[in-house]
Amino acid sequence: MEHPLLWLDFITTPLYDFLHNAFHLKDNNHLNHVTYMWFYMIILILISIIVTRSLKLIPGKLQNFLEVVVGGLRSLLVDTMGENGMRFFPLMATLAVFILVANLGGVIPGFYSPTANLNTNASMAITVFLLTHIVGVKVHGVKYLKQFVGPVWWMAPLMIPVEIIGHLARPLSLTVRLFGNIFGEDLVLLVLLFLAPFLMPLPMLGLMIFTSVLQAFVFTLLAMMYISGAMEEAH
Amino acid sequence: MKKVLLLGVFSAVFLLLGVPVLFASEGAVGPEAIELFKWIAIATGIGMGVAAIGTGIGQGLGVQGACEGVARNPEASGKILTALILGLAMIESLAIYALVIELILLYANPFMKYVVG
Repeated sequence: MEHPLLWLDFITTPLYDFLHNAFHLKDNNHLNHVTYMWFYMIILILISIIVTRSLKLIPGKLQNFLEVVVGGLRSLLVDTMGENGMRFFPLMATLAVFILVANLGGVIPGFYSPTANLNTNASMAITVFLLTHIVGVKVHGVKYLKQFVGPVWWMAPLMIPVEIIGHLARPLSLTVRLFGNIFGEDLVLLVLLFLAPFLMPLPMLGLMIFTSVLQAFVFTLLAMMYISGAMEEAH
Repeated sequence: MKKVLLLGVFSAVFLLLGVPVLFASEGAVGPEAIELFKWIAIATGIGMGVAAIGTGIGQGLGVQGACEGVARNPEASGKILTALILGLAMIESLAIYALVIELILLYANPFMKYVVG
């Protein structure tokens, strides 16, 4: 597939050529996801620093908006994981906000979604997967393995492979769901721009915004449910 | 007058952004490549169609349950909406798995290098 035409190409094209020549990389136009991931990270960090540098009791506009976002995420977390789950709030809120910004960035013409690439999604999904098992072992100890056995002990030879496959399918499904949605909407927009570029992509852009927000919500909600499922008591 | 100008600028931007991506690279293809492309086209069409059937039925049943739940108990519509959206996204992801296989077949086919010269 041809690589898209992006605003940051002024910076990245010489950078990719330099990396290609200096480190003998195989192909130098598939690093856009790293570049744009850092771009959105820098934007989010700058906004956070600007707001938290001078917190007021009666908030200004940006602080008010961020308070709404953080309050909404906190209520979602407490609904799903209980008050005990507040120690996971930094990770969950970061996932939610980053995936939202990354997805919505791809809607803007000239920017690229890092979540339209398998690597970004796989890194987030593997983080959540490892965290579920680490949290399960920390909370339950060796008794964490009882969750794989099933309700009765003599069904163990049937339940253990099923549970293992189910657990392995979780990072795969998280990755592929987000990748398929965001890359698919990029591709549909491309095809629509090829077929009917005047005003017809507008409903597609609306659908892209909707699925971007929805997929960020679903990723975060599933991550919370997996971790709370590892923390909960037996069936 | 200004709104028409703005509309014209936006559509020109959309047009120009679409154009550079469309330059496909041509190459010499033999008869076995055409055969492969034919079967790929048939497979992607049927595969995505079947996935869409299952997704349509599954999501329709989900929306049916959600509408009945809200009709019985309109106060619980917030929780029902959350469960509905989550369920719809999970069912949608099955069609997305099929779509990813189609995209791999069409654009990132690992066997393409054996048939294209």
